[in-house]
Amino acid sequence: MRPAWSIIFFTTMSGLGLGLAGWIILGLLPLMTPASVMGVGIATLTLIGAGLISSTFHLGHPERAWRALSQWRSSWLSREGVLAVIVMVGLAAWFLAAYGGLRVPFWANLVLLVLLYVTVYATSMIYASLKTVARWHHPLTPVCYLMFAAAGGLLATLALLAILRLPITAALAQAAIVLMLSAWGVKLAWWRLAGMAQHAGSIESATGLGQLGAVRPLMPPHTEENYLQHEMGFVVARKHADKLRMIALALGGGLPVLVLLLAPASAGALAVAVLAHVAGMFVERWLFFAEAKHVVTLYYGEAA
Amino acid sequence: MTMLPEPSAIKLGLVIDLDICVGCQACVVNCKEWNTSGYGAPLADSDAYGESPTGAWLNRVHAYEAGDGANSRTVHFPKSCLHCEEAPCVTVCPTGASFKRAEDGIVLVNEDWCIGCGLCAWSCPYGARELDPAEGVMKKCTLCVDRIYNDNLPQEDQVPACVRTCPTNARHFGDLGDPNSEVSQMVAARSGMDLMPEQGTKPVNKYLPPRPRRAADEAPVSLVAMAEADTPTGFWKWVDSALDRLG
Repeated sequence: MRPAWSIIFFTTMSGLGLGLAGWIILGLLPLMTPASVMGVGIATLTLIGAGLISSTFHLGHPERAWRALSQWRSSWLSREGVLAVIVMVGLAAWFLAAYGGLRVPFWANLVLLVLLYVTVYATSMIYASLKTVARWHHPLTPVCYLMFAAAGGLLATLALLAILRLPITAALAQAAIVLMLSAWGVKLAWWRLAGMAQHAGSIESATGLGQLGAVRPLMPPHTEENYLQHEMGFVVARKHADKLRMIALALGGGLPVLVLLLAPASAGALAVAVLAHVAGMFVERWLFFAEAKHVVTLYYGEAA
Repeated sequence: MTMLPEPSAIKLGLVIDLDICVGCQACVVNCKEWNTSGYGAPLADSDAYGESPTGAWLNRVHAYEAGDGANSRTVHFPKSCLHCEEAPCVTVCPTGASFKRAEDGIVLVNEDWCIGCGLCAWSCPYGARELDPAEGVMKKCTLCVDRIYNDNLPQEDQVPACVRTCPTNARHFGDLGDPNSEVSQMVAARSGMDLMPEQGTKPVNKYLPPRPRRAADEAPVSLVAMAEADTPTGFWKWVDSALDRLG
């Protein structure tokens, strides 16, 4: 599948922002001064919002994007949109309440936390619900998205703690290490398991001509690349997949864990770790799209 | 709404005979012509007269080679929207632009609502949808809904453009929900099949597989033998007997 930059940016930044918001709501970031509440609130909502807005950049008609909120009964894309709007409003209210010194009731925190992660889940289900892309249509796909939101969010929370000169306990840094390693562990399993997921079909079942014997494409239905080949037949990533996975793993997981081990209290080092994690996640998301094979490529002679 | 309607009693669709299609591309061209000038936004091309022209087409004809040796054959393979019963393109649509008609099962796109996100094209296993490069909306086969219900057209033209234009009668249009319809009977007689049944889309359109070949042990007809008479006459008869006499 052809990776759209806007979708890579959307899933990475919104995932990170929602993960960060989750840890803030859990109270891991004591927001004592009005300035820090507003700063953290704006930063968090900007991450989520920028991701959502960027997702409209690949649309043929971005001005009609509001229509995408209407089909929540059947469409995961629509559900994601609706949930993201609810969560953004809820978070804005939460930060305003914190700014005003109001005590948010426990149940409200819990509801917001659940909604945050359901939003990340909905993002992942846009892709995991597609039967046409075998490696996305895997139970571990949503787990990867959820784990990365939690791990990236905790890393960003620690960076904000350091920037605000708040204490980072050893236990918190260790928890971040465990979470980061677990997230990449699930991703490694996904690469292995979902990567092996093959389409049940073949060019024989796609054409129904298997009874005649092996089927080979003889002539394409056109003389130039068409929309389907452009969109679903992307191959560059598969050529360099192994190297790109190492880069994603090193930047997105290795470097942040190293920083958490060696300099868990340094604001500068943690900021670099967050940036490295985001860069690694960009590569990971790029691979997620670029490596995926669509079943329609069977008609063009691809082994799905 | 992009919920799927209850299965309709009338299931309008196509039956495509893979034994007959000769790959002439007439259906492809007539589809493009009709859908460029008729319903909705034009079916656009980009760089139409340039180095690498591309564009949206609703119907394309592949060619495959199937089988080996003496039994191998070329199969021309037309492909357009199959108007699936369980159309994944309808349920993934976030705007309600993609829908399946309750009354006759035709799957359509409301081009005024489509945001061009492309998710329906991703969800379709058959590659039946293409994003219009100029209009930014999704295009797909409408089963020529603007022909089949158009009383201003003569009766014989009230069928999809691809069906009307096919010079070999490889394409047939009708109600696949009615077991007594001509198309349903063709499907029953020729073991009409679904493409990629494992995707669970329950396509309405059916494909008739190529008929079996004549038995391989049947002696091939020699065209040379057809040209030469077994027993020569006239001058060649005299030559033949004279040479025989020479021993």
